[in-house]
Amino acid sequence: MAAWRVEVVRTGVANLASVIAGLRRAGAEPAVTSDPAAVRDAARVVLPGVGAFGPAMAELERTGVADALRRRIEAGDATAGFCLGMQLMFGASDESPGVTGLGVAPGHVGRFAGAGPGGAALVVPQMGWNRVMPGPGFDAFGQGHAYFANSYRVSALGGAAAAAGGMGRISGSNAHIDVDSRGGWSVAVAGYGGEFLAAVQRGGVLGCQFHPELSGVFGQAVLRGWLSRPEGRPAGAGRGAEVGGL
Amino acid sequence: MLATRVIPCLDVRRGRVVKGVNFQGLRDAGDPAQRAALYEGQGADEIVILDVSATIEERASAAETVRAVREAVSIPLTVGGGVRSVEDAERLLLAGADKVGVNSAAVSDPGLVGRLAERFGRQCVVISIDAAMIDGRAVVHTRSGTTPTELEAGPWAARCATLGAGEVLLTSINRDGTGGGYDLGLLRAVRGAVGVPIVASGGAGRPEDLVEAARAGADAVLAASIFHDGVHTVGQVKRALRGAGVEVRL
Repeated sequence: MAAWRVEVVRTGVANLASVIAGLRRAGAEPAVTSDPAAVRDAARVVLPGVGAFGPAMAELERTGVADALRRRIEAGDATAGFCLGMQLMFGASDESPGVTGLGVAPGHVGRFAGAGPGGAALVVPQMGWNRVMPGPGFDAFGQGHAYFANSYRVSALGGAAAAAGGMGRISGSNAHIDVDSRGGWSVAVAGYGGEFLAAVQRGGVLGCQFHPELSGVFGQAVLRGWLSRPEGRPAGAGRGAEVGGL
Repeated sequence: MLATRVIPCLDVRRGRVVKGVNFQGLRDAGDPAQRAALYEGQGADEIVILDVSATIEERASAAETVRAVREAVSIPLTVGGGVRSVEDAERLLLAGADKVGVNSAAVSDPGLVGRLAERFGRQCVVISIDAAMIDGRAVVHTRSGTTPTELEAGPWAARCATLGAGEVLLTSINRDGTGGGYDLGLLRAVRGAVGVPIVASGGAGRPEDLVEAARAGADAVLAASIFHDGVHTVGQVKRALRGAGVEVRL
């Protein structure tokens, strides 16, 4: 089997070595880049997550990689964002008020709130293994324990609903959000002071709030599943429905 | 709900795993990458590497050790020991660490915690605290537990969390390597002081010790000797935790 070529966007130093090692272990041939043309033309692109929303977005805009990523994600081309890399797909984050994200997924990134087990104050950052549960239409991976290290998260798809979810009291599925505000995205969820988005998916695009590269056997299955999808060809049912809707 | 993490610790000196009692009397316990892979297979949730090399020359090999362990495991890797600057931390992160622990250097230069958080994000920054109970006070020690300071563990942990530390690695010097159980008083004192995750360290001898630490508020429990000596596997410990009603990843 030929190795899957992956361009990994350079957003900083932290964790890049783990992402590279994780992708290699999953059978990929990763190369680090900050060249917008390489990002635009690549069969697969990974946007890893380090540091804060604002500085990371500033770097992506400075290099021109931000627009290349927007085009890829809008087209459903194979693109994966991990941790902050998933958050950057949304329009804004409480971590860096006033900064515009890639804005290709509907929702708002807010800080963890709510109570922990037994009503105690929630420990933030969320640091450790949490159970993720695929929602309707989500087929990137099954349920399992994944490793998270984050202080911010998206409560739910959709702008107003996500902002209102700041107290972490959203329960059950996101069924109350109408299909238009989902924009063809499907989600996997986890619970920490309330439900939050553990992953989002549309076509070949996968955003993981957790770190698949650090999530052991489960994470390796997530990476292999995404890598083995047909290149640049949206595989999700949501994409087909979207095209039909036009 | 987040699972309580079980973390084998590799104390590394000159590229080899060592283990001592009360931070002294070091003996060989194998190759770091082999040990780390073995523990991941047993169900370890994370690996901590503490480089206890005595000199800067010996420490130069730390990045090589981190690189080898990173290649061998697909779970998070926290590395501490001798980190005195942003550049030291960057070297370890580039080698494959996911989090970096600072200890003595943060005591002499608390601003380092903030600089690390600003550069790498707070989820990357672990304040490592070695403490001993002296006359009822949890006294912070530096230089591998040899030098007492004026600081108390709870307030010091709280100050570091404010400065940018995303996690506390709390080691009881008195219990380290003794197998006599974690210092739950120390743990509770720090739990009451900070809202960031706490990794309890020092004293694990039986699976019940880890259960007690989890109940006392530890988000993760770290142990070395009980795993190195083959007395208990990580899996056995996690099953004991689950049996006691503690959420674990199995």
